[in-house]
Amino acid sequence: MEQSFNLGWIDYTIMLVYFVFVIGIGWALKRYMKSATAFLEAGRSLPAWVTGLAFISANLGALEVIGMAASGAKYGMMTIHFYLIGAIPGMVFLGLFMMPFYYGSKARSVPEYLKLRFDEKTRAFNAFAFAIMTVLASGISMYALALLAQVLLPFDFTVTIIGINITEFDFYLIFAALIVLIYTYLGGLTSAIYNEVLQFFLIVIGFLPLVFLALKHVGGWEGMKANLDVGMLHSWQNTGSPDANPMGVEWFGVVAGLGFVLAFGYWCTNFLVVQRAMAAGSMTAARKTPMIGALPKMFIPFIVVIPGMIAIALLNDPSIDFTLPVKGDSFDYDKVIPTLLATHFPTGVLGLGVTALLASFMSGMAGNVSAFNTVWTYDIYQSYLVPDKSDNHYLRVGRLTTVFGIIVSILAAYIAKSFNNVMDFLQLIFAFINAPLFATFLLGMFTRRTTGHGAFYGLIAGTIAAAIHHGLTAPVGLHSQIKGGWMGTIVHHYHSEMAQNFWTAIYAFAACFVVTVMISLLTRKLKTNEQLKGLVYSLTPRLVDKEMVWYKRPATLAILVSIIAIAFTILFW
Amino acid sequence: MGVDIRFPIGLMFTILGLLLTLFGLFSSSNSELYKISYDININLWTGILSLVFGLVMLSLFLRRKKKVVEEEKPV
Repeated sequence: MEQSFNLGWIDYTIMLVYFVFVIGIGWALKRYMKSATAFLEAGRSLPAWVTGLAFISANLGALEVIGMAASGAKYGMMTIHFYLIGAIPGMVFLGLFMMPFYYGSKARSVPEYLKLRFDEKTRAFNAFAFAIMTVLASGISMYALALLAQVLLPFDFTVTIIGINITEFDFYLIFAALIVLIYTYLGGLTSAIYNEVLQFFLIVIGFLPLVFLALKHVGGWEGMKANLDVGMLHSWQNTGSPDANPMGVEWFGVVAGLGFVLAFGYWCTNFLVVQRAMAAGSMTAARKTPMIGALPKMFIPFIVVIPGMIAIALLNDPSIDFTLPVKGDSFDYDKVIPTLLATHFPTGVLGLGVTALLASFMSGMAGNVSAFNTVWTYDIYQSYLVPDKSDNHYLRVGRLTTVFGIIVSILAAYIAKSFNNVMDFLQLIFAFINAPLFATFLLGMFTRRTTGHGAFYGLIAGTIAAAIHHGLTAPVGLHSQIKGGWMGTIVHHYHSEMAQNFWTAIYAFAACFVVTVMISLLTRKLKTNEQLKGLVYSLTPRLVDKEMVWYKRPATLAILVSIIAIAFTILFW
Repeated sequence: MGVDIRFPIGLMFTILGLLLTLFGLFSSSNSELYKISYDININLWTGILSLVFGLVMLSLFLRRKKKVVEEEKPV
């Protein structure tokens, strides 16, 4: 079956409608952007359901839709670990225990919280690392979008303008960047958040028919199960030993590495997502944000992971003529979604599916750019470059930063295009920097004794521990030093890259935790209890939700989310 | 923040829903087109889904707007 996309006028009309609305939302928001707070923090005024959907949607970009479908095809049901244990506990923890400090401290960003709680150097470390990382992530999103658009759209051209050859790849990249630039420039964070919500519904409505048709193709749920190895159908059952499952991981690595360090590190300390909760209109809304996000989050595997599994079941069924594109000596799993679209959607819904995919990439870019704006303007520009200017000044800087962020993202996209390894290398370094972060927050938020020196050197120690662990271990079948073992001697071989990543995180967390505690005990506490009020658990008055009706309380929502997560875990055990 | 997001979402999905529903209705006799989707007129069904969702969003927006207007009325 040839993979081809026959897009008709109806498909292009759908795309056009989407672009008109995206720009229109930015345009409508323009007149409300009168202060830096409105532009960079959405005025802290959004309802919880909007920030909640944006919370998961900011993460539902390239990585999730394409990557999780690929993972579903490779590892089957084990992919839901990235949701049920790799996201939900972290999101509930953020809402119940951490949001009161983020939101209540009036910090405008995660790095700013670190400054209030610890000191300047800890903030600087986090702010610079985050700023570079988000621009890079935005660039990678752009690059992936242009690549995908090349597959999905039928155009193929090269035009020469002032001596530069512009192919359709460059055109898609610049076009997407321009759209994101326009709506983020006009409406700031609110615009980015609104478009994330729009994109969320597009993905759901565009992909539900795909899952339905693909399931019908394979003979329903039972037909899918009949055509898959039994190892693909369980999430926990085969994790007793890393040999027994396709992911090559064991339960302890999943629980401690993914479920604890990586998940809590990402969902509780990454400003890209935390910023959405900070934009909520009240403390209760801010606390509910991650938990409202968690509800749909648990169902997203049905529209991204299940299609990946169906694709493999279709391949395995001898009576069905279906194939995936090949890359090297295995299937190109990243093409699962485009292939399913091409082989199941007629013109019409095809336009909807393609638009949903493009939308997910663009809102991924916009999310990163809007987070970059805030960190750059508040934590770098206002803190170190030009402090004490009028609010209007920072509003203008925020807007200009949007342009700057997009230009740097485009550069990053071309770097990704020409030197794949540079990008992998940089991402690896950021993984090392991020891995220990949760230990710092845990100690900082829940003990008052943790000092600025302790936090800073703990972070450095955690990063070094991550790098050393990565340098001394390797996944089986190592073929590039980016994947590990660059220190020459390899002391341990993991069954898979995934297992190695989980353990890198565990070591980084442990090193950061131990060093932070030790240095904190050896150094003087510089902040008084009064200064730490609202930043540390034991020094902050408890929030009382008693006056709220029981079903409106954040804790009730947390219990509901947990019950569904546990039910799914048992169902797909 | 000034703009109620339910309005653009509602309007967009209503428009997309109408487009797909009408396209589905007018192409329902085209069995060649729907061979790929196992003879299901997926455009029609997705269109209806999108239309219903869009209208629900729009009605939520209108209900909320009415409430706001009533609250703002001078006594």
